[in-house]
Amino acid sequence: MNVFDILGPVMIGPSSSHTAGAARIGRITLALLGAPAVKADIFLHGSFAKTYKGHGTDKALIAGIMGMSTDDSRIRRAPELAREQGLEVTITTGDIDGAHPNTARVALTDANGNRVSLLGSSIGGGNILVTEVNGMEVSITGQHTTLIVLHRDAPGTIAAVTEVMADAGVNICNFRLSRQQKGGDAVMTIEIDGSFGPELNQKIKVLPNVFSSTMLQPI
Amino acid sequence: MELDFNYSSVAGVVAAAELGGIPISRLVLNQQALQMEQSEESIYEHMRSNYRVMAECIEPGSNKNLRSTSGLTGGSAYKMRQVAESGTSLTGSFLSGALYRALAVSELNASMGRIVAAPTAGSCGILPAALLTMQTEKNIPERDCVMSLFTASAVGMVIANNASLAGAQGGCQAECGSAAAMAAAAIVELAGGTPHMVEHAIAIAIKNILGLVCDPVAGLVEIPCIKRNASGVAGAFVAAELALAGIESAIPADEVIWTMKKVGDAMSSSLKETAEGGLAATPTGRHLHEQVFGTAREPGNGCSGCGGCAS
Repeated sequence: MNVFDILGPVMIGPSSSHTAGAARIGRITLALLGAPAVKADIFLHGSFAKTYKGHGTDKALIAGIMGMSTDDSRIRRAPELAREQGLEVTITTGDIDGAHPNTARVALTDANGNRVSLLGSSIGGGNILVTEVNGMEVSITGQHTTLIVLHRDAPGTIAAVTEVMADAGVNICNFRLSRQQKGGDAVMTIEIDGSFGPELNQKIKVLPNVFSSTMLQPI
Repeated sequence: MELDFNYSSVAGVVAAAELGGIPISRLVLNQQALQMEQSEESIYEHMRSNYRVMAECIEPGSNKNLRSTSGLTGGSAYKMRQVAESGTSLTGSFLSGALYRALAVSELNASMGRIVAAPTAGSCGILPAALLTMQTEKNIPERDCVMSLFTASAVGMVIANNASLAGAQGGCQAECGSAAAMAAAAIVELAGGTPHMVEHAIAIAIKNILGLVCDPVAGLVEIPCIKRNASGVAGAFVAAELALAGIESAIPADEVIWTMKKVGDAMSSSLKETAEGGLAATPTGRHLHEQVFGTAREPGNGCSGCGGCAS
């Protein structure tokens, strides 16, 4: 803990969980899409669903999807800005079984029809936890540089990925693996210390059995 | 005596400052530079930029037409400022100036404006109001006001380590109470008080707000949060004025903070940011909840308008 944990962050009000956290969920979805979104489908659960109008949770999510950070004064006007830029947004509410009270499912589509969907929760003080990407379980906080590696569940794949990282001197602080079925699609979520250039991600992308790899900078 | 660099007690921080013969702010800046492995100047610059964000809240926050996102609040800071600047205030330009500034920052927060959590968004008006009023009314240089934020932060860290800064854990005493104690400490230092006086100002500020519940109407950071920011800064000046007169708290600051933790633990969860009790549960509170969120609910959206949602 330091003085800026007490006097900070600089943020758009009114609520760190319902506004700042929501913006970060939007922004991490955009980072996963890797290109500007033309369509955003937002589904709100729990307290997000019940109080989003008063807290501006919808505006903050849209702002994040447009790449704004938690202290961007344009968050208030995000829905208008989205309309002006041709970003189509739908917002619906309902229940997601077992989800944290402040949870949103965000699905984005880019101009080429690429789509990404995630389940993100705002867990307090503006901190978030993404628990699902494209239907697969992950664990992403956005606090560290994170690699999301989609791959085939095959022997040696994890070893190959971590070997590339070891060669680059990367220290792993969190590793999670999730697969749909044996031999099927699987996803590694790897949070690492420090910051690394795109060449690390390039080396992982070309490994056998790896479909795609995305490197997220801290959000 | 070893310097208390863990922020585990107010007494430790005060003793270290007295031993070094320096203000608490100086001690904290020095220690933070070591801890964060940055130069004192760069940490000071970061704090100055936060202080300027606070200052930038006042004009938009006291705009006549400002309204919150929910539509429930806005315009109080404008009214208070009119009175403060017309010279007709009951208590004079000093206190009325602090009140309108606290309302301005807090109302700006409710309208999705840019603020500094100090220590939280719900209590973000108290410190800016205290320091900007000292700067304006007492001609204190900006640099001293920025430095006093380090003193305030040290108080916040001690409270975070021994009690809580979250309304959901400790009630409003943890948010507006902590902010008032932080502001009281900063004011005493700015007014030339000793670290010993700072310690008593912290104790008095928290004692006077002990037990305050967190009961936001409709779960929103508006009613009663905005007005509690005004009373929070007034309480900070009360504590500072008493301490500067040499008045001491019979109960030491660290025991008061310990008490705040015990009181928070004993508080019913309905009074800790759940919007299930207190003012949120009044007929008017429930009516305002319905006004903002509507009574008719889609199937599966489960809210009966009871206000029982976490904020």
